[in-house]
Amino acid sequence: MMHFEFQVEGGNFIKAGSASSQLKKILKQLNVEPKIIKRIVVAMYEAEVNIVAHAYKGDIYIDINTEKIEVRLVDEGPGIPDIELAMQQGFSTASSAVREMGFGAGMGLPNIKNNSDELNITSEVNKGTTVQFVTYLNQ
Amino acid sequence: MLKLKEMKIKEVVEVLNAKVVSGYNLLDAEVEYCFASDLMSDVLTLQTDNLLLLTGLANLQTIRTSEMSDITKIIFVRKKRATDEMIRLAAENDTILIECDYSMFKTSGILFSAGLKPVY
Repeated sequence: MMHFEFQVEGGNFIKAGSASSQLKKILKQLNVEPKIIKRIVVAMYEAEVNIVAHAYKGDIYIDINTEKIEVRLVDEGPGIPDIELAMQQGFSTASSAVREMGFGAGMGLPNIKNNSDELNITSEVNKGTTVQFVTYLNQ
Repeated sequence: MLKLKEMKIKEVVEVLNAKVVSGYNLLDAEVEYCFASDLMSDVLTLQTDNLLLLTGLANLQTIRTSEMSDITKIIFVRKKRATDEMIRLAAENDTILIECDYSMFKTSGILFSAGLKPVY
């Protein structure tokens, strides 16, 4: 069982993706299959960019065992008033700065779902959002 | 018309009259598919291997998105230029960056005619 933690700064698009990049290196070293690495890091990167785009700050907790990887992203931010609506493809509240970075098309949460085996989102308005996903390593 | 199955990156650079700014060691690598997008969210939904990315979005997140998507070949169109920071990050991930002065449409047309395949 391995555990890793990363911090994410809201609004910092220079650093956005550095946690996902580190996770990718870890998974490569663990000899996880490239296709599964891609699923995990794409889901993680989408979620990391979401923190940068919407929250003030966030913490990422990662647990890996031989069977699965569990990623939990906990942010302090405005929260999501209607998670079902946020899960709809094309729905976005992203700023123009986020769109200039190539995101904000309302595709992030649906893509996390497509790239994970289990997804749970909980949120409290004006407090923050927790995104948790699980991907099985032997598929 | 004879369609090539794969193209070498140096052939891509030649037909586009483009300039390589990072990752020269990939000039002999071959590429079969191409995807053109300024929206990184769309790039992140792709599952194709050995993909050449055409984009007019030149910032750090273009490089990060490619890293996560296992894309190591990027062409910036519309005279967009890679910054030093982008080149540094691309080098870390063994990625070739190419600058092309043509529009997205012209670049896509040339590469399509040359035989590169669309992802969908």
